[in-house]
Amino acid sequence: MANITVYSTPTCPWCKKVKMFLDTNKVAYKDLNVASDVAARKEMVKKSGQMGVPVLDIDGQIVIGYDEPKLKELLKI
Amino acid sequence: MYDLIIIGGGPAGLTAAVYAARKLIKTLLISQDLGGQVNETLRIENYMGYQFVEGPELIEKFNKQVTQYPLEQKVGSKVSSVSRLDCHFEVNTESGETFQSKAVILATGKRSRSLNVPGEAEYRGKGVSYCAICDAPVFTGMKVAVVGGGNSALEASYDLIKMAEHVYIVSLTPLTGDPITINRIKDARNLTILLEYQVEKIEGDKFVEAVHIKNIKTGERKRLEVAGIFVEIGLVPNSEPVKEIAVLNQWGEVKVSTTCETGVPGLFAAGDVTDTPEKQIVIAAGEGAKAALQADRYIRNLGG
Repeated sequence: MANITVYSTPTCPWCKKVKMFLDTNKVAYKDLNVASDVAARKEMVKKSGQMGVPVLDIDGQIVIGYDEPKLKELLKI
Repeated sequence: MYDLIIIGGGPAGLTAAVYAARKLIKTLLISQDLGGQVNETLRIENYMGYQFVEGPELIEKFNKQVTQYPLEQKVGSKVSSVSRLDCHFEVNTESGETFQSKAVILATGKRSRSLNVPGEAEYRGKGVSYCAICDAPVFTGMKVAVVGGGNSALEASYDLIKMAEHVYIVSLTPLTGDPITINRIKDARNLTILLEYQVEKIEGDKFVEAVHIKNIKTGERKRLEVAGIFVEIGLVPNSEPVKEIAVLNQWGEVKVSTTCETGVPGLFAAGDVTDTPEKQIVIAAGEGAKAALQADRYIRNLGG
């Protein structure tokens, strides 16, 4: 079972799309709100080298933005 | 050969797909993504049937309806050009594939306008953002610039004022947004409005560090130290695939009749990519339906 973290902000539609995709495919994940969680924000920027949301960490593999083909590939869907 | 190729998977394209499928015409939908601009819209309160719905959720429902019908979808492909040969069309994608059909509906919508200045592409995601509702909170406590003077720029500024240390609005012209929004922000302590300035370049190291602007009347230059730059300067139509064959207006939008015809027999267009005066989801959906019904009539008249 993959270890997945989603870095998101509450008003971000792309973040919502990512989470909808994960929920539809019954994939468990930890959702970190970088609007309120400064440590998570710094972690996201460090891991992804950029400041846009969403960012996904899938067992150490970083996916930036809503990238359905990449998600399907990494999650073997 | 398909009867119909629909280019674009936003509300216009997806509605056209349902109408085409229900007319039993062999249809292919090619699109970069499903949803288009609706994917970046969080609050939708004027699409009928929903008091309030979020963009991604609405598109999921649209697509669920489309996938009930046996039409082909090729999502993740970008169409580069459409050409007309004899009595059919050739639709070419950036990845080198070609598809043929008797009729085409262009429903490719619009994309954010870029500044087209040095540093913009390099720092995209590294301080340069085109989606304030997505990324604003990431810049909490930092200095940011919002480029633009219309409603999108003002609304982005309204959100950023609450979170950022300082917000600079950089607008080429006097503010064109709604007075009600201007009033909401104009007295903010952490806001500086710079009118008649254009962005010259974006400077940074690993991330954005500053933006260079110039006054278009006096030539005066300023360097604003900012960590974030939100580009909110309007939208451009994705009409490039038909620019050689269709008639475009001064803004690059495809000119269409009330039946979505473009003047090129068999080529129809619907939604925000056209010169329809209002760019709204419900209107794009309506135009998608019209285009599909007209395309069906055209195909049947071909006798094929």
